[in-house]
Amino acid sequence: MSKVAITRAEWRQVCQRSDLVAESGVCALLGDRQIALFFLPQQEPQLYAIDNWDPIAQAGVIGRGLVAEIDGELTVASPLYKQHYRLSDGQCLEEADIQLAVYPVAFEGDDVLIRLDQ
Amino acid sequence: MVKQKIVVIGNGMVGHHFLEQLANRPEREMFDIVVFCAEPRPAYDRVHLSEYFSGRTADDLAMGKIAQYREWGYDLRLNDAAINIDRAAKSVTAASGANETYDHLILATGSYPFVPPIPGHEHEKCFVYRTLEDLDKIQAAAKNGQVGVVVGGGLLGLEAANALKKLGLEAHVVEFAPGLMSVQLDEGGSKLLREKIEELGVTVHTSTATELIEEVAGGRLRMQFKGEAELATDLIVFSAGIRPEDSLAKSAGIELGERGGIVVDNHCRTSDPNIFAIGECALYDNRIFGLVAPGYSMARTVVSLLCGEAAEFNGADMSTKLKLLGVEVGSIGDAHGRAEDSAAITFVDEQSGVYKRMITDRAGKKLRGAVLVGDTSDYDTLLQYHLNDMDLPDHPEQLILPALDGAAPALGADALPDTATICSCHNVSKGDIVGAVQGGCCSLGDVKGATKASTGCGGCSALLKNVVDAELAALGMEVNTDLCPHFPYTRQEIFHMVQVEEIKTFDELLHKHGSGKGCEICKPTAASIFASLWNEHIHKKPHVGLQDTNDTFMANMQKNGTYSVVPRIAGGEITPDKLIVLGQVAKKYDLYTKITGGQRIDLFGARLEELPEIWRELTDAGFETGHAYGKSLRTVKSCVGSTWCRFGVQDSVGMALAVENRYKGLRSPHKIKMAVSGCTRECAEAQSKDIGVIATENGWNLYVCGNGGMRPRHADLFATDLDDVTLIRYIDRILMFYVRTADKLQRTSVWLENLEGGLEYLREVVIEDKLGISEELERQMGNVVGTYQCEWKTAINDPEMLKRFRQFVNTDVKDEKIVFVEERKQRRPATREEIVEIAEPA
Repeated sequence: MSKVAITRAEWRQVCQRSDLVAESGVCALLGDRQIALFFLPQQEPQLYAIDNWDPIAQAGVIGRGLVAEIDGELTVASPLYKQHYRLSDGQCLEEADIQLAVYPVAFEGDDVLIRLDQ
Repeated sequence: MVKQKIVVIGNGMVGHHFLEQLANRPEREMFDIVVFCAEPRPAYDRVHLSEYFSGRTADDLAMGKIAQYREWGYDLRLNDAAINIDRAAKSVTAASGANETYDHLILATGSYPFVPPIPGHEHEKCFVYRTLEDLDKIQAAAKNGQVGVVVGGGLLGLEAANALKKLGLEAHVVEFAPGLMSVQLDEGGSKLLREKIEELGVTVHTSTATELIEEVAGGRLRMQFKGEAELATDLIVFSAGIRPEDSLAKSAGIELGERGGIVVDNHCRTSDPNIFAIGECALYDNRIFGLVAPGYSMARTVVSLLCGEAAEFNGADMSTKLKLLGVEVGSIGDAHGRAEDSAAITFVDEQSGVYKRMITDRAGKKLRGAVLVGDTSDYDTLLQYHLNDMDLPDHPEQLILPALDGAAPALGADALPDTATICSCHNVSKGDIVGAVQGGCCSLGDVKGATKASTGCGGCSALLKNVVDAELAALGMEVNTDLCPHFPYTRQEIFHMVQVEEIKTFDELLHKHGSGKGCEICKPTAASIFASLWNEHIHKKPHVGLQDTNDTFMANMQKNGTYSVVPRIAGGEITPDKLIVLGQVAKKYDLYTKITGGQRIDLFGARLEELPEIWRELTDAGFETGHAYGKSLRTVKSCVGSTWCRFGVQDSVGMALAVENRYKGLRSPHKIKMAVSGCTRECAEAQSKDIGVIATENGWNLYVCGNGGMRPRHADLFATDLDDVTLIRYIDRILMFYVRTADKLQRTSVWLENLEGGLEYLREVVIEDKLGISEELERQMGNVVGTYQCEWKTAINDPEMLKRFRQFVNTDVKDEKIVFVEERKQRRPATREEIVEIAEPA
């Protein structure tokens, strides 16, 4: 895949619905950006896109974390050191000054689309 | 500073306790300490002496270790008996000729067995039951014999009879008095004890006086009793009571009691103010205290006095609770009701073989004594009433009658005074326990760790739990045992609900019994319970999102997001061909290779997308998953055993293979490690494992609930000399009971420590089937064993499962952020500094 410099807001098709794993996460590569995609069919919204890079563990592993509800909010628990990142806005619950980027994501038919603003 | 010098004569349990207590005090530095010990080894546990015949070795029984004494800075002289005390010169002379002066002399010479002067008692097949050397001699004599007789039907005599039985002899007990254990039991209790012991195959002769012992043809012994009766036997063990070992004190002119014993005051001081006597050699208030707890209490008194603190020994309660040949026996205070104005309440159940008797004052308000045979569950409560002189409840008979609603009226912890002794083994009072809870201990395990309470005989565990729970409640710190915010139940309760309602999915469980959406605590716990009960593949659709990352990818995630791979090498046995395959796979994928502590090989640095390919090659070569990623059976370590080793007595590798192949794949509350050793040298270190098996001449000894790692715990001996079938049956039951009842992420060691009733209760459940669930436990294990599949083998043949192993769902490129560097000819993850250097070379 060619590296495209993404400089303007755009929706991009990332993968198919069948590439996702219900109740869990997978990872996609857009440019040099790793993005974790979580598909939670019973929740609203059903889709979440969040940076795959765990800045505390210094490894790209967020997509392999467990989805956990903490105090009513959906989070993903990092598989390495178990910090929780809120799926809605990427905020780390344990470290106030750490927040992961999140991205708008949606289905269009069976396509999974994502929008990168910068 | 000029140090004072302490000389200790005797290194039995009490002498050891004195030294141990002193070692843990800062004042220790004020003293130079010399210890004379007549025996060839330092102190050992004489209370459990008969376990020497059921697999415990001299090392297991050891209390004082030579290295420990050295560390404490004590000058220990083994095999060197003190033979003279010169009080004027304040010096002690030993058999070796060594002479040591003292400022303080401690006599801890203990006692010797009383042998009645029956003609023939010095025959070489007549023994006493006191030291490990005595036991060795008895064992040697029992080798070619059929019959063994114990003279003496007291507590020690019955222990000795048990030992003879374990040696395979037909055991007899000959007692001069009309009943067994006549010191501790009244007539009714004694009678029932006799019946129970005879049921176990021990012949009891009471009111029987031996008049003559003589050798007859064939080298056997003939015992002639008063009257006509006689008995032929191969050996005789005398256990007719103890006498204080006071000869050294006597020749030094120290005051003795009329019938022996070194007279001491309430400071344990003898008639010579520089000389103390502690333990069974000391006579206080005209009594000898033949139990270990009062001896310990004397030892602590003297340690305190030497450290400049006030302390007194004011006698001790001689109440006792024990199991003799499997029969529960308890005796409290004035068991015979000898005091004036005593009244008794007696409960006899001939059906189940239970005898209970309470001795109270005339008004029925104070408990003076009690006798319990066949069921000692009321002992702790009764003892507290007695020791604390508490008023009995209005209907005191309730304390020993079987409760109609099933629950015996437990003594409320609130009613106990702070001074009440909860654990007599370690002298822990209620006040100590309350202090520990207030100091931050908030679980039974924490309190045990902090106070040592209930870590001796364990008899006080139920009472301890009462006190801990009451204090936690009083502090408003009600212990929350909920699994997590989504399930207001313990893991055990959830296990039960899943089992009874046959719940198969997390959604169903959450819908029926939980709330919210689940978290990283309840999801893997539920997945583990489903696997233990129904054993479906962990990647089956509804279970996918429940697994921890390691279970999800069936490998162990390392710090840089790559994985390590550990194929199963059962028992640590591997063919050269398979070893070569591991080398080839490691080389092909450039995996860092290391031998694990569990006798297998760990391959590090596999990228997510490489895992299926690696496993295709491994399964093709016959490897199976090693479950290193799961809360499940890890390894069964083994030594090479009798096949090769000249010391081995059983095929430990064969047994390790059988065990590992049986339990591989079992999902449990936490990981499980096992080991099998082929002889008592224990090269497989089985006593540090959850399940440890050690070969004996006659079969296998089973150890349970040991642990290495962060919080080491020596495993407990659970059962001895088991055949293969029984061994497996017991392990089945223990593991399933653990799987059912443990808390989340609770290793077997902590589980056992928190199990009410402890090891004894576990034995009752597993061996005696007290709960009537053994068959069910075995059936459940049978189901897990029968539905085993290699998770990796299934996964690599399932395209849907394999989709998970893509690094990126939209491209095949590799994760460029994973960077390795080389070290010692293998690669490892680059450090942060190294990554910066690689990205921006200087």
